[in-house]
Amino acid sequence: MPVVGRVHKGRYHDSVALMQAQQILRQMPGVEEAGVVMGTPANLALLRDAGLDAPELAEAGPDDLVAVVRAATEADALRALERLEEALSTRSRGEGPAYRPRSVRTAVRALPGANVALVSAPGRFAAAVAEEALREGLHVFLFSDNVPVEEEVRLKQLAQQRGLLVMGPDCGTAMVAGVGLGFANRVRRGGVGIVAASGTGLQEVACLVHRWGAGVSHALGTGGRDLSDAVGGASFTAALAALSADPDTRVVVVVSKPPSPRVAERILALARRCGKPVVVNFLGARAARSREGIYFASTLEEAARLATTLAGARPGEPAAEEICAPPRWAVGQRWVRGLFVGGTLCAEAQLVLRQRLGRVWSNAPLTPDAKLAGVTSREHTVLDLGSDEFTVGRLHPMLDPSPRRHRLIHEARDAEVAVVLADVVLGYGAHPDPAAELAGAWEEAVDVARAAGRELVCVASVCGTELDPQPYAQQVERLRQAGIVVASTNAAAARLAAGLCAGAAPPQEAGPLPSVDVPDAEEPLPATSDALRSLLRGPVRAVNVGLETFAQSLVAQGVPVVSVDWRPPAEGDAGLLALLSRLGG
Amino acid sequence: MDVDAANEVVVRRILESHPVLVGVGRALDVVPGMRKDLILHAGPPVTWDRMCGPLRGAVIGALLYEGLARDEREAGELAASGAVRFEPCHHHAAVGPMAGVTTASMPVYIVENRTFGNRAYSNFNEGYGRVLRYGAYAPEVLDRLRWINDTVAPAIGEALQRMGGLDMKATIGRQLTMGDEGHNRNVAGSSLFARQLAPALADCDLPREVLSGVLRYLADNDLAILNPVMAACKATMDAAHGVSGSSVVTCMARNGTEFGIRVSGLGDRWFVAPAPVPKGLYFPGFRDEDANPDIGDSTITETAGIGAFAMAASPAIVRFVGGTPQEALTATLEMYEITVAENPAFAIPQLDFRGAPTGIDVRKVVRTGITPRVNTGIAHREPGVGQIGAGLVRPPIRPFQEALRALAELVSP
Repeated sequence: MPVVGRVHKGRYHDSVALMQAQQILRQMPGVEEAGVVMGTPANLALLRDAGLDAPELAEAGPDDLVAVVRAATEADALRALERLEEALSTRSRGEGPAYRPRSVRTAVRALPGANVALVSAPGRFAAAVAEEALREGLHVFLFSDNVPVEEEVRLKQLAQQRGLLVMGPDCGTAMVAGVGLGFANRVRRGGVGIVAASGTGLQEVACLVHRWGAGVSHALGTGGRDLSDAVGGASFTAALAALSADPDTRVVVVVSKPPSPRVAERILALARRCGKPVVVNFLGARAARSREGIYFASTLEEAARLATTLAGARPGEPAAEEICAPPRWAVGQRWVRGLFVGGTLCAEAQLVLRQRLGRVWSNAPLTPDAKLAGVTSREHTVLDLGSDEFTVGRLHPMLDPSPRRHRLIHEARDAEVAVVLADVVLGYGAHPDPAAELAGAWEEAVDVARAAGRELVCVASVCGTELDPQPYAQQVERLRQAGIVVASTNAAAARLAAGLCAGAAPPQEAGPLPSVDVPDAEEPLPATSDALRSLLRGPVRAVNVGLETFAQSLVAQGVPVVSVDWRPPAEGDAGLLALLSRLGG
Repeated sequence: MDVDAANEVVVRRILESHPVLVGVGRALDVVPGMRKDLILHAGPPVTWDRMCGPLRGAVIGALLYEGLARDEREAGELAASGAVRFEPCHHHAAVGPMAGVTTASMPVYIVENRTFGNRAYSNFNEGYGRVLRYGAYAPEVLDRLRWINDTVAPAIGEALQRMGGLDMKATIGRQLTMGDEGHNRNVAGSSLFARQLAPALADCDLPREVLSGVLRYLADNDLAILNPVMAACKATMDAAHGVSGSSVVTCMARNGTEFGIRVSGLGDRWFVAPAPVPKGLYFPGFRDEDANPDIGDSTITETAGIGAFAMAASPAIVRFVGGTPQEALTATLEMYEITVAENPAFAIPQLDFRGAPTGIDVRKVVRTGITPRVNTGIAHREPGVGQIGAGLVRPPIRPFQEALRALAELVSP
């Protein structure tokens, strides 16, 4: 049986480390016996006694590391010896909690097996952090916004080369292998996989699927720009392919605000080869026709209902619309005012309202003709309080309820307002008791209106589940205590609001919605990388760069996470940063 | 030019280097470019008028030692006259702790890099107390220096020859598993040094009082191995110097006035800034206003990945700054942020035998704003008082930023 030896001159290791390495070499295929020692005369004699005598031993001295392997074949022995470095550097534990790494690279060393980075560093630095994470082999959940589109394209190309997924930029939520990333609800695991370019769209579908008895395998965010012409659906394609290949996923739901028609068609061509039913909800975009296996849904609610059914659960009949008798309106009260913290919920509400009430103004309209000039409400108006006009220099309204409170009081003073429509978003990362905040604001608004001799109605829905840190039923109850009408879905809330105002004013003509077509062509989905399959298999091990709340919510979910002590590179010095980027540093 | 590719070459050279202490020689005979009118000193180049107190004192002592001046006044005039030249040890493949003053007739350790064939040199360590390297030059200081140079050095040289050299790479690796970090703490390494030299010394046919004196020198001096360790680091980093495009630091050194670095891809240029004053603990009777700004070539240890970079291996050292063992771990973990490799030959037990952080990348220093940590002795600002404490110091970031700019100019002028 061949015996092969190696002598590493001047290489010292503690005997415990050597014995561990020896143990690893012994377990290599074909290896019968292995010895790893410092070359003292006594140790060399031990090796020879153990039948590990090789000619190389003659040149070994006490300062030299000696490794000898006896194996079935010489090739086996050589293969084992090649593993020596690795065996000597194998480490069993992480670095302990006290040191906070300053880079993704060192964080990965502190958390072996890390597979995803959550990046919420400020926008102008975020792409560089995401790139570092990709180069370290991590998938990226990129919450930061204000990342230039050319950077997004570059990151997604890099990710594609490495078989990695970039969720974002401006991606607020995802669920991977049962773990919520960012702002995420806790939902049952099940057969519905979601790919979404919109955050609260993903949350609403996932929560409804859960509340209707099915479950979610994974919900992958892509960032709102992914389906633009510039980005071309890079992350969408990768996510769709991954869910197509994922054994836990039986139905795929695709959610986006209206995408670029060219990219939408491409996604649909890919969807035709998904091998699983695909429910498509391009909010506000009409489908020209349907195809086998592709199910168009006009609202998030409909998408969730279809998905639940296709996954084998029974959502039951569409819930009887909540009944709400209109109060006696004062003269002139006729408009709906929507105050939303969720952007996609805001879009869905507009869609439902415009079908019944005609034109609905918004700072984030479905069609350009409904774009509000500034932020002053007129006629039927639905506002996305999470968009840039409202959030510059302050927290998102899901975290900071005060902007909506002020706006609500303001709307209550308007003598033409009849109905207020609102959303409440639960889950990790969100405000700890959002219903109490809305209820408190509403009680104040009612007082304001009554003092002026008017009654107001507030209709709301709650996006969440009973598993969320803020339990669904308790949140609903708190709203009802304040006299708020709570509908079971966001779309139902909008229908209810529309019903209350129908006939109060003649419908204004709304501009046409874009339409998409399912192309005749089919396009094969790209192969899914091992790295992405492995992420979906779990368990998730995360590196967090930025918002501490994201790390805390992962800890609450029992996910190992290392937080990077992130600081602006080169202290933000633009000149040095330019040099670093030229020098690849 | 690909900086990463160049750095890989540098890393390979560092990790493959194999320094062996092969013997002792007279500086004039063995140090390249050594001359009788030349005084080598620590750190980047400095002129007499800008030298700090301890360095001036050491220069005066060296001129007296070499018989080039009869007294302090004459030595001062000679030093100021321009008749003797001052050059950094680093320009002559040499390193010296603190003042680092090395002159023609002094003996030096010779360390050979077996992999690349280059050699590096360092003078002999005088131990603690009033010593030349801290700027003392009283007659008893020079008498002891003569005894070390004339009696101890030849004996150790002969013993090393009999031993066929002493493997410094293995010895440093072992020190780190015994609580040394190789810069401020060399107790274990010096013990190993003494243990390995003793039998060979006994074989050398030395007069009994000489053997006894040499063994006592080794037994009493916890720093005996510091100078060979520094020369081993120098032999390693010189082999890594001169790789076009590399951003790895191959030298960090201080002369008590300025701190300076050299970078593998930037030739002989020094990038300097005023030397900071170390933070540390002081011996009884001394305070921080007594401290001289940072001085010495011993930062070659950190440059090669030991010293403060291997602090995790040496929890005893953090007590100089009132720290905890956890802070020792943190110190080393932080250095991984600014280095490009881990040296498996210098494995750190406290980090589960992870290799020491090795190869400072100026890009990483500038990006993170983390400057290298340095463990150091603290010199009194007046010549001749000696060591007054020990502590930690962070060099200024400016030299690293300037090196980055210089590298960028080379990449695309």
